[in-house]
Amino acid sequence: MKMTKTLSVLLGAAAAIGLTAAAHAGQITVISWGGAYTNSQVKAYQEPWMKKTGHTIVSADYNGGLAEIKAQVQSGNVTWDVVDVETSEAISGCNDGLFEKIDASKLPKGDNGAGPLEDFVSGAITDCAIANIAYANVIGYDSSKFTGDKPTKVADFFDLKKFPGKRGLKKESKVNLEFALMADGVAAGDVYKVLATKEGVDRAFKKLETIKSSVVWWEAGAQPPQLLASGEVTMTTAYNGRLFTPAVKENKPFVIIWDGQQQVFDNWAIVKGTKNKDLALDFVAFSTSTKPLADQATYISYGPARKSSAPFVGKFEDGKTDMAPHMPTNPDNMKNALVQDVKFWADKYDELNERFVAWIGK
Amino acid sequence: MNFLRPNLPVYASKLEITWYYVFRAICVAIFIFLLAPVLVIIPLSFNAESFFSFTSGMLKLDPAAYSLKWYLDIFTNGMAAPEATLSLSWLADSWARSQWMLALKNSIIVGVFATLLATTLGTLAAVGLSRPDMPFRGPIMGMLISPMIVPIVITATGMFFFFSKVGLAQTYIGLIMAHALLGTPFVVITVTATLSSFDRSLMRAAANLGANPVTSFFKVQMPLIMPGVISGGLFAFVTSFDEVVVVLFLAEPEQRTIPRQMWSGLREQVSPTILAVATILVILSFILLSSLEISRRRLEKMKLEPST
Amino acid sequence: MSLAMDREALTARLVKAERRGKIRAFLLVAPLLAFVVLSFVIPIVNLVTQAFYGDLVSSTMPKITVELAKWNGKMPAPESLCEAFVTEYKAAKAKDPALPTRIATLVNREFSGSLSKMRPVANNELSAPYCDALAELNEEWTKPEIWNALKLVSPSVSPRFFIQSVDYRLNADGSIRHENEENSIHLALFGRTLMVAAAVTLFCALLGFPIGFLLAHLPTRASNLLMIIVLLPFWTSLLVRTTAWIALLQQNGVINDTLVALGLISDDQRPVMMYNMFATLVAMTHVLLPFMILPLYSVMTGIKPNFVRAARSLGATPLTAFWRVYFPLTIPGLSAGCLLVFILAIGYYITPALVGGQSGQLISNIIAFHMQKTLNWPLASAIGTLLLAGVLLLYWLYNRLVGVDKMKFA
Repeated sequence: MKMTKTLSVLLGAAAAIGLTAAAHAGQITVISWGGAYTNSQVKAYQEPWMKKTGHTIVSADYNGGLAEIKAQVQSGNVTWDVVDVETSEAISGCNDGLFEKIDASKLPKGDNGAGPLEDFVSGAITDCAIANIAYANVIGYDSSKFTGDKPTKVADFFDLKKFPGKRGLKKESKVNLEFALMADGVAAGDVYKVLATKEGVDRAFKKLETIKSSVVWWEAGAQPPQLLASGEVTMTTAYNGRLFTPAVKENKPFVIIWDGQQQVFDNWAIVKGTKNKDLALDFVAFSTSTKPLADQATYISYGPARKSSAPFVGKFEDGKTDMAPHMPTNPDNMKNALVQDVKFWADKYDELNERFVAWIGK
Repeated sequence: MNFLRPNLPVYASKLEITWYYVFRAICVAIFIFLLAPVLVIIPLSFNAESFFSFTSGMLKLDPAAYSLKWYLDIFTNGMAAPEATLSLSWLADSWARSQWMLALKNSIIVGVFATLLATTLGTLAAVGLSRPDMPFRGPIMGMLISPMIVPIVITATGMFFFFSKVGLAQTYIGLIMAHALLGTPFVVITVTATLSSFDRSLMRAAANLGANPVTSFFKVQMPLIMPGVISGGLFAFVTSFDEVVVVLFLAEPEQRTIPRQMWSGLREQVSPTILAVATILVILSFILLSSLEISRRRLEKMKLEPST
Repeated sequence: MSLAMDREALTARLVKAERRGKIRAFLLVAPLLAFVVLSFVIPIVNLVTQAFYGDLVSSTMPKITVELAKWNGKMPAPESLCEAFVTEYKAAKAKDPALPTRIATLVNREFSGSLSKMRPVANNELSAPYCDALAELNEEWTKPEIWNALKLVSPSVSPRFFIQSVDYRLNADGSIRHENEENSIHLALFGRTLMVAAAVTLFCALLGFPIGFLLAHLPTRASNLLMIIVLLPFWTSLLVRTTAWIALLQQNGVINDTLVALGLISDDQRPVMMYNMFATLVAMTHVLLPFMILPLYSVMTGIKPNFVRAARSLGATPLTAFWRVYFPLTIPGLSAGCLLVFILAIGYYITPALVGGQSGQLISNIIAFHMQKTLNWPLASAIGTLLLAGVLLLYWLYNRLVGVDKMKFA
């Protein structure tokens, strides 16, 4: 008797807890890359959208790739609604039926009256995804660790003698193979031509092999600044905004090498089979409109995907740092820049990454 | 403490006495190895800076180098208005929005129900297994213990496939079932161990006195094996509260538990908040361990004074 | 009533009562047994099945499966083969736009590059003769490799994932070849996992033995107190302990800072203790040590001090007395602890993944990797099945030598 009473009280309490957590009218799950980047999206997109519509957003992190999405679609447990993906993934995911199609012409006009199709910069709209920002994969270092010469180019990343210390690299084939070729003397414009051949791939791996024993692998975008800050590595690849934020906000001695930067779009895509398609679409439309895109640049140094947002980009959230020189698209930073070949990776990713993983494991 | 005072026989040689102290020194070193990592995180969690290490200020015991901000962060991380002053609405905001609060709620929901399920099923099974007339005792026992032995990745993978098929993946019920499964071996083992010292003639005496099997189970056997049931239940709860692989494979973002939150914290956003959470968990496990010790002593006392 | 009849009736009643007792005992166990079967045994059996059974191709493209089985492997491919492939592949797309890529992904794993050759087949209008139409799309279709790959993935039952999980590959004609040097990884990981498990077991035995000995031979009150030190880490969350090791071992961590502050090493000579094998071994030893201490302790408390004393009085040196008399008596506890630690260590996942860097890649990590990243689920299942077989063998051994009911935790 006493037992059943306790049990029912417990059940009731648990039900009450469960209800408060799950009973909201409208709720979507938005997946992004975590850390400073997700923070900027929460501030610029999510909070204003929640305030405006009264719906809630469950925000969670992932580390890129289509695997989790494929797993959800194939097993029929779709729980992610909106995902922030790179363009190559947006294309291959769209081909594979993992994302809902998005009619970009129905997106809101720009603040200057420009239609959505004209307002977005080229490459920002694909069949299933709408870009929000452009960022760059860059090499960054801790300037306090190199007292003499400072590294200035991609090749310096591979020069362990001149610039001693561990290196941080993302645990993925994409981006690393390009950096390796550029460090090996391939011009930015020829990288994908070389990488399309077996010899080119071998060459990239050979170059990576030269630093392999000194590499600390990272997976999440928030890790590289931490690896630098904790002294675990002296140089690392990173998403440019992740190094910018701690450098400006916390005065960390992080310096970005713009030589060989690799530009990529981040896009919103809606997972096929979501039960919240309309809400998801509304969120995508809202967050890729002129003002929220411009607002995001207040929190992180990524370039908005709409032309009409550019005039609104001004200062960092501290109110004094000019954002323009920190943007990947700033002409000074573009001297030897690579725009990631999204079609190349949409085709070759599986094959090259398989080899990459086996190589890492050895 | 007589830990360090030699109680060697008189005929011990010099070498033996030296060895005695060397041995004790080795043991002390191993104890430090066991305990230091658990203890070192406690002061670190009061670090005023966002490092995983002692700052020079901390070593000088400068009060400014210490802070409770990482404990505050547990409550505020994810809140809509973290800067607001402490009030009922602040608490409500924290309870509803904080990432760690969400994780805590999930851990408790899953942990409590998994424990109830595991303890009930495990205790019943242990009672059955301890009966002398249990058929196929060995193989069945082997099977019931196997969830503890099979590598967790394999269990989680198998559950992912099967639970996806039957619609249990990414549900609370699926998580509870998975965690209960992982907890049952501990319940079976501890309760069986307690029952091995249980005097079966007590049951016959109860039957002689007219009690039916159900009554004699609840009135005679249950109170005597209760300490075993409690410690088994505690094990089951701790197993669930500590489990992360199944959650990684089976849970959706909204169902993340405390270990899951720590896992992504360690891989993605290392901040001393994790140390603060870890400190709380260490204190919690200390409390659990003490209660287990108390229940064990009660059992011993009961064995010594069977009349009670 | 005769005595014989009486005895017969009595025996019958006894048998009946015994059977009732058996049934009653079994009924008590039944709920848990059912639960374990449902939530554990069936999922595991399902996993093992997936390692060799997959009907994605044979169920969506039944005709091509038959045609490929008939095909002699010679080029040019017969028109019936091309036609069956094109029509069924397009039909699959009409049924579910995700299907063609799922099939192409399977083929791509056997012959890399197939994905981009197959995609246009589903997306373009093709007309008879289909072999020529395919050749026009891509000349790969005039070569045997892609057809052979298709042939490999089409049967619903195939041992190829088991073969792949030991770094060999199945050919379409049934022969077996080595995996390319740059892609073979599994055997190395199995080896590394066994090595790490063995090393951790050894360290646990070396550290656990003195502690077990001390606890067993101290007065009860002192040993109870020290037991708490052993049990506290055991009861502390695994992630907490892993966090602690990160705080201790990292470049600017507590140990390095202390060594620098004491002047033992210079600031720029900090040894690397994180993200390598050292960190994996240290953290895993710490986590698994209690599993060694507890069985050792329980065996050692049962060893009577008289034995050693007798040996000494018969003239044995302390070392001889320990080695020839005491140590053999601890073997049951030592072997139980070693087996348990070894079994738990080969399935380890969390700790090495967090502190081990690339050397922390063990076999469990590659299973999780194929599960979550490459989505090669049958391969993950096959590797998992091999690991499971190994663990169950050890478990059986443990059960024979020690008995599962001898396990204790408190």
